[in-house]
Amino acid sequence: MTQVKSLADLRKIKDDLQGKMGLREKSNSPESLVQIRVAMATCGIASGAKQVMEFFMEELDKRNIQAVVTQTGCMGYCFAEPTVEITLPGQAPVVYGYVDTAKADSIIEKYIKNGELVEGIIPVNYETIQK
Amino acid sequence: MAKFKMHLLVCSGTGCHASESELLLQNLKTIINDKGLDTEVQVIGTGCFGFCEKGPIVKVMPDNTFYTQVTPNDAREIIEEHVIKGRKVNRLLYVNPETQEHISDSKHMGFYKKQLRIALRNCGFIDPENIDEYIARDGYEALAKCLTEMTPEQVIEIMKKSGLRGRGGGGFPAGLKWEITSKSVSDEKYVVCNADEGDPGAFMDRSILEGDPHSVIEAMAICGYCIGATNGLVYIRAEYPLAIDRLKIAIDQAREYGLLGKGLLGTGFDFDIELRYGAGAFVCGEETALIHSMEGKRGEPTMKPPFPSVSGYYEKPTNVNNVETFANVPVIINKGAEWFASIGTEKSKGTKVFALAGKINNVGLIEVPMGTTLREVIFEIGGGIKDGKKFKAVQTGGPSGGCLTEKHLDTPIDYDNLVASGSMMGSGGMIVMDEDDCMVSMAKFYLEFTVEESCGKCSPCRIGNKRLHEILDKLTKGNGTLEDIDRLKNLSYVIKDTALCGLGQTSPNPVLSTIDNFYDEYIEHVTDKKCRAGQCKALMQYVIIAENCVGCTACARNCPVNSITGERKGVHVINQAVCIKCGACLEKCKFNAVVIK
Repeated sequence: MTQVKSLADLRKIKDDLQGKMGLREKSNSPESLVQIRVAMATCGIASGAKQVMEFFMEELDKRNIQAVVTQTGCMGYCFAEPTVEITLPGQAPVVYGYVDTAKADSIIEKYIKNGELVEGIIPVNYETIQK
Repeated sequence: MAKFKMHLLVCSGTGCHASESELLLQNLKTIINDKGLDTEVQVIGTGCFGFCEKGPIVKVMPDNTFYTQVTPNDAREIIEEHVIKGRKVNRLLYVNPETQEHISDSKHMGFYKKQLRIALRNCGFIDPENIDEYIARDGYEALAKCLTEMTPEQVIEIMKKSGLRGRGGGGFPAGLKWEITSKSVSDEKYVVCNADEGDPGAFMDRSILEGDPHSVIEAMAICGYCIGATNGLVYIRAEYPLAIDRLKIAIDQAREYGLLGKGLLGTGFDFDIELRYGAGAFVCGEETALIHSMEGKRGEPTMKPPFPSVSGYYEKPTNVNNVETFANVPVIINKGAEWFASIGTEKSKGTKVFALAGKINNVGLIEVPMGTTLREVIFEIGGGIKDGKKFKAVQTGGPSGGCLTEKHLDTPIDYDNLVASGSMMGSGGMIVMDEDDCMVSMAKFYLEFTVEESCGKCSPCRIGNKRLHEILDKLTKGNGTLEDIDRLKNLSYVIKDTALCGLGQTSPNPVLSTIDNFYDEYIEHVTDKKCRAGQCKALMQYVIIAENCVGCTACARNCPVNSITGERKGVHVINQAVCIKCGACLEKCKFNAVVIK
């Protein structure tokens, strides 16, 4: 193991670990970050939700966007899998259907970065008991 | 590098460890591996989450799901349901005792809502056996800043400005202590970490060492830099094997990284840490006794002055601070004195960790800003008194402290307010008592402890406490007189004024504070020969109410000394001369015929 010889060395170790620890750090304050939920039930996974989730995690990281990516169960829109729910800070969640990596890319570029809606939104027409 | 999308944090503190969290951790890892998820899901053992009442705890990140009382057999369900299918396992979620609602996010639990974690910032968040995780949380950055950008005087100035006071009980300003030690002239000086946590019910120091050992190591090195010491010693009790293990691992890792040893962080500053084990004597938490014990002598205190900051370990200037005090230091350096001083009350800054124990719903470890009221701690964080009983008192400060009652519930907790209320901060143990606790017996319990732990060097403590205990014993047996109560008080004052060290000077506190707050109860024990809580066995009787007795013989069959007689289907009677008051009859009677009188 190399020795830590300066503050810069220390910061380097810290930065290297951001990816690993970031997951935990972020979940301490999810409300202030972009939250992305990928439906990962059988139907979702069969339609490629796993790749989409990985794409989100890697690309958000690369493009330096602070976000929490989690998986959830089936949202019920099995006809439109993979489905992804995006919650921008302080806004109501928006659900996108038929998300492949290309779609995910435009969601990141347009919706997450600029708040511009992208085609393929599934209108949410139900209420949950928590509300 | 594998990119994990989910972290499973499993509590590996002593409490959860005892409830098989180690096996749970292994099971989770095995199942994750079997399912080929090991590149996606990481399982991490962490320090204590504080919610020991409901352990073992598993926290799932990033969705912040908080599972309680998880057994090794639940591992499969968590992975198959939550990890793979994204469905939370409802039955393992925390249930709000008031609304019976399942709460999945720990931030919505009353237990965590009011807490502010500074000393416990990393406990339950990082893997204590991995230095990298500590570094990722700004670890060792404070040390690097101090060594490369600041002079020792500047660091001491920050410590003084922050207002951090000793968390071991005394509340002496830490910055001032560092300054005094730094000004003592000597060829060699020492930094000592007091990890001899002895108050019954207190376990915050253990949890910090188990959950975040690097924070203490870093702070000791900073302290060494400030006072001009190159050697650090941790005096830790041998009863803390897990804390010792984790500390040893942490020290080795720090050495490997060059954060301990020769030339720290490329500067000319040397600092290393050794461990010294205590054999578990309460008095060795007193700094002079602690130093003698480390020197291999008897753990007996000596008169101060000279203070250890002038003449301590082998007569060299020695700075002794408690574990929790040290744990605060790196954050203060990183975030600044003003930030720290903005938390808390006028004279007590920052936060304090308390160990909640006794008749309270959420037993565990909590950290709150100074100035939080007892009511918030007991009823909001602690979830109130067990079984809906009535709150009677809370003992703070362990055997050196006193009890606080209902009238103190809204007093903001800080060093000075607690002293003014007749108790003290101590190391932060809080033992909550309800209506079933007898205050005379409580005082007797603490005296039993001090009598046992007194080192015997000075007579007020050695003989005085013994006499106090005898009088209390007499009261609980119903043989006390009113003069005995006065005698208790007078003797208590004498011991307080004349004992040599902190142990003796504070040992009568439980007696004095219970007499002050519960004088009626003492009188009752003497004049009415009654113990309202039903705890003093000599002052109570088990009696069978004839009207309720159906003659089922359950009590007679279960009485271990055959003190109950009566015909089948006839009224039974307890022979008081034979009865040993074990309570078995009361427990077995299904007709409420046995009562305590």
